[in-house]
Order: sequence, then C-alpha cells, then structure tokens
Amino acid sequence: MNILPIILIDGITFASWLFLVSAGITFIFGVLRILNVAHGSLYAIGAYLGATFILQFAGREQHGWITLLLLLLAATVVGLTLGPLIERLFLRRVYGEDEVIGLLTTFALFLILEDVVRLIWGIEPYLVEGPFRLFGRVRVAGIAFAGYPFLLTIVAILAGLLLWFVIHHTSFGREVTCVINDREMAGALGINVPRIDLMAFALGTFLAALGGAFTAPMMSVEPGMGVSVIVLAFAVVGIGGLGSIGGAALGCIIVGIARASSVQLFPEIELFVIYALMVAVLLWRPQGLFGAIELRKI
Amino acid sequence: MSEPETHPSLPLAAIVAFAVMAILPPFLSDWITFLIALALAKGAVVLGVVLLLRGGLISFGHALYFAIGAYAVGFLTNRFGIGEALVGLPLATIISALVAAALGLLLMRFRGIYFAMLSLALSMILYTVLIKFYDFSGGTDGLSVRGFTLAGAAPAHPGLVQYYLVLVLTAAVVYVGARFLASPLGYLMQAVRYNEIRIEYLGASASHAILGSYVVSGAISGLGGALVAYLVGHVSPELAFWVSSGDFVFVAVLGGTGSVFAPLIGSIAFEFVKNYALKFSPNTWQLTLGVFLLVVIYFQPQGLWGLLTRLRARPR
Repeated sequence: MNILPIILIDGITFASWLFLVSAGITFIFGVLRILNVAHGSLYAIGAYLGATFILQFAGREQHGWITLLLLLLAATVVGLTLGPLIERLFLRRVYGEDEVIGLLTTFALFLILEDVVRLIWGIEPYLVEGPFRLFGRVRVAGIAFAGYPFLLTIVAILAGLLLWFVIHHTSFGREVTCVINDREMAGALGINVPRIDLMAFALGTFLAALGGAFTAPMMSVEPGMGVSVIVLAFAVVGIGGLGSIGGAALGCIIVGIARASSVQLFPEIELFVIYALMVAVLLWRPQGLFGAIELRKI
Repeated sequence: MSEPETHPSLPLAAIVAFAVMAILPPFLSDWITFLIALALAKGAVVLGVVLLLRGGLISFGHALYFAIGAYAVGFLTNRFGIGEALVGLPLATIISALVAAALGLLLMRFRGIYFAMLSLALSMILYTVLIKFYDFSGGTDGLSVRGFTLAGAAPAHPGLVQYYLVLVLTAAVVYVGARFLASPLGYLMQAVRYNEIRIEYLGASASHAILGSYVVSGAISGLGGALVAYLVGHVSPELAFWVSSGDFVFVAVLGGTGSVFAPLIGSIAFEFVKNYALKFSPNTWQLTLGVFLLVVIYFQPQGLWGLLTRLRARPR
C-alpha cells in the first residue's frame, strides 16, 4: 500500500488543527508581547462550550448543519466574553513588565482555568459525534478517510483568510500593525492602544476557542485536554517565528507532515520529532523562520 | 528582581535558621518533616532557576535537570541495584553539569522569550524520550527508587536521615550559590540583564557568564532532582513535563530573586499552600495556587523575600 497519500492527508489535517490553535498565540504575542500559556485552556473551554451547545440545542440525533453553526457560535461567545474579561482584569496590569511576569501571569490563569473548567463541566468526558457523522467517509487515491478532518482544513483556511483580511484590509488591522511596530508612537498618533489590545486578545481567544470547538466532535472532551496542546502550539510558533502568522502556517505544515511521516514510518518518535524540529530550527534561525530580528538595547 | 542583599547579619541569620531546622524534626510529624525536606530539595532546583533569572533569562525548561538528576538515581537503584546516596548524588550532579555544559553552548546565544522557548523544547524532548522508550525508562510508569543507603548502611529511620541529608546539602548549595553570585561571573550575570553590549565593550563576555551560570544552575538543579528521587522513592516522566518547569519558575518568583535563601522560603511556602489546598479543597487546589500566584505578581513583585526585607527595614 502506498503510504504517501496517507502521510500527506494526515499531515495536512493535523497541520490545520495546529494552525487553529497556534494562530491565536502568535497573533497575541505579536500585539501584546505576551506568550499566552493559558491559550490551551481557552481551547478547552471552546471545546466544552461547543459540546454543551450541541447537546443542548441539536437534539438527540445531533444532526444537521445547525451543529456546525453551534460550534461557531460557541467560539464566538468565548471570544467575546472571556477574551475581553481576561485582558481587562489580568493582562493589562503587566504590559511592559519583564517577560517572565507575562509568562507567569498567563501560567496562573492556566492553573485557574483548568480548575474552573472542572468545576463547571465536571470530570466526565463529553461526546458529540453528530458533526463527525455528518461527513461520513471520503475516498482519496483508493483509501477511505474520515470526512470531518477535511472540514477542519477548510475552517483553518477560512480562519487564516479572515486574519489576513482583518490585518491587511480593515482599519482595525492597520491600527494593529501600527501598535505592533511602535506602541508609543501609535498612541501618540491617536490610536486607542488599550482598545486595540482588547480586540486583539479577543480575536486570539476566538481563534483558540474555534480550534477547540471544531476539534470537539473528533475526540472526547475531557479535563486536561488543553495541557498538551499548548506546548505543541509553542513548538509551531517557535518554528514559524513568534508574531508571524504566515510563519505559523508554514510551521504547522512542517510539523504536520513531519508528525504524519513519523507516525507511519517510526511511530516511537512521533512527539520527539516535533520538539527536535523546533530545536533544530531555533538553532539555525534563533528568531524562527519568519520572526523579526529584534534589536538589542545599547 | 532586586539587587543582591549584602547585609552583615545575613550569614548569622542563615546559620540560626538552619540550626533551628536541624532541631525541629522531633517536634514535627513525619509528614511535615517529609514536606519540609521535599520543599528544600525542590528549593535547590528553584535556586538554579533564580541564578539564571538574575541575568534576565527565563528557563522554562528547568524540569530537564530536575528529571535528569532524578532519573540518574532511578537508573542507579533500579537497573544497577546501587542505592548508595554517596554514589547517586555526586553522579546525578556531574551528569546534570555535563548536560548543562553541552546545552549551555547552544543556549548561550539566546535571550528573552527565545531562551525560554528553546529550554522548553529541550525539556520536552527528554519528556517524550522518557515516555516512549519503555524498556529503557519504564515509560509513563516510571521507575521505583528502592534500597536507599547512606555510607553503606541502610538507616532505621530513612525519613529522618534523608531530612538531615537534604538539610546539609541544601545549606551547601545555598553557600555555593551565594559564593557564585559574589564572584566576578555572578556580578557579570546581573549586568547581562541590564546591558549586554556594555559588558562586551568592557572586555568581558556575556556568553561566558551565561554558560557558567547555566552549568552551575544545571548541576544544583540535578542534585535537587536526585534528592527528590530518594525522598519520594519514585521517578516518572511528569518530572520533565512543562508544567513542572512552570512550577519552578512560579516558586522562583514567589520567593523572589533578592537572595539565595529566597528560593527555599518560596519553596516551603509553595509546598505547604499546595498540600493544604489539596487537603481542604481537592477540586480547586490549582485554582488556589493560581490566585496565590496572581496576588504575588500584582502586589508583591519582589516575592516573599522582598516582604521580609521590607518588614525588617520598617522600624528604622
């Protein structure tokens, strides 16, 4: 059996999933200069809320296209409520501090959110297979694949296009670009920097929750699901370059294909390959493939 | 992050503190004695993190050395049947120092968030290796550490002997840390945080300062890991997981970076808060720790050590 199509398709679907979880991290870092450790928890909350919406509103059969809308709605709700809340209450106080403070603040949020998720949704796993069944099976090159992961690829591409459009073709995007380049100057020119921070974090949160919500039908939604996601996403953004969305996309494809190849060829080193790649890329280009070179202070 | 405290009464206070801790065990339950020993051993790892933080470098992967030290002891007892601490502890320290020297050569070029990410990646590599290579590491089950002996004798009260072993070694580690910070390399490391280019203009090498600090930091963290392995009697891949690294940075900031004693104070506070949170609200202990951390970051950025020095300064 030819394994090339399997590697390609598995790799691309895994890359799509990775892009959904890592695009938000790299975008938030670009604007706020904070590496958000709590991103995995926001992903998990998106998954839980998506599962809850489907179980509540989609009926026993969990059937029909309405389930996909419910997942999108769940991600939007998380982005619009939790995003602004976290940014206002917790992050705004630590902008401009040492990097370790930003990292630790979000680490504290990660600890808090892990327990909040457990308190709200309990420890029982949630299963929502409705959307998964909707897509059945697809034959590519004579091999049957589950159809749902292809939807994930479409969602990832749409999310990427949305980000690209927002950054390059809206006034918000132009203001974001100004803030990324020079916060102080942007403020002096009349851009409402705190508002941009708030919206950027909300957008990043929406992306995390979107990734979680659309992953929910593929797996059992259970406590701890965000913990390992976050380091995978760090690996991707480290490879691509922090703050670069194009870099994150390329990082996802590299990591996705590498993981799919090792799963098929050398299953023992599946996860090892990802971190080894990250180390190799960082040693070769310390700022990642597309990261901006930072000037050292004199 | 504050300047080093060079107060003349400090060595005396330290000797008194260690002496008090030496006479404590008969008055405490076994469980509390164990908890203090565990906190001190982990405090050594945190001191390793603090040595780097003084140069502005965040090691978000110090669980690497913690796990290397612990697994060195794990292999020695489990695979070779050598439970002798006088063999295991030096071996764990030396292996950690060698690994730190090799990885330090790579890491010394990195700063800021990239240093954090690369050290994270390196520790996750060890984690995946420990998980996947079952025959060699016991996989997710880990290895049990049995047959602890000290100088050839199996103690009747291993808990008590280990407590004193940890106490003596932590005192030694604190001494080494203090001497290191007072050495030219230690002062250079502080300057790295403020301005690297000026260091180079003055004819010193920032990379060498970082490499030296990293080796010392890795060695004492490995020793801490080895002590924890003896205390707990078991090692597992979780020791190398990123959450474990996060905890060490957490404790470093909780204690403060103002003194070599701060990590020990932070570590004891952390272990007690964590254990009582686990005991009284098993469903929300992480939440309690998270809130605790946020309170420290927002209201006491100098850590518990900063609180102590401020209280001492007030009467004057």
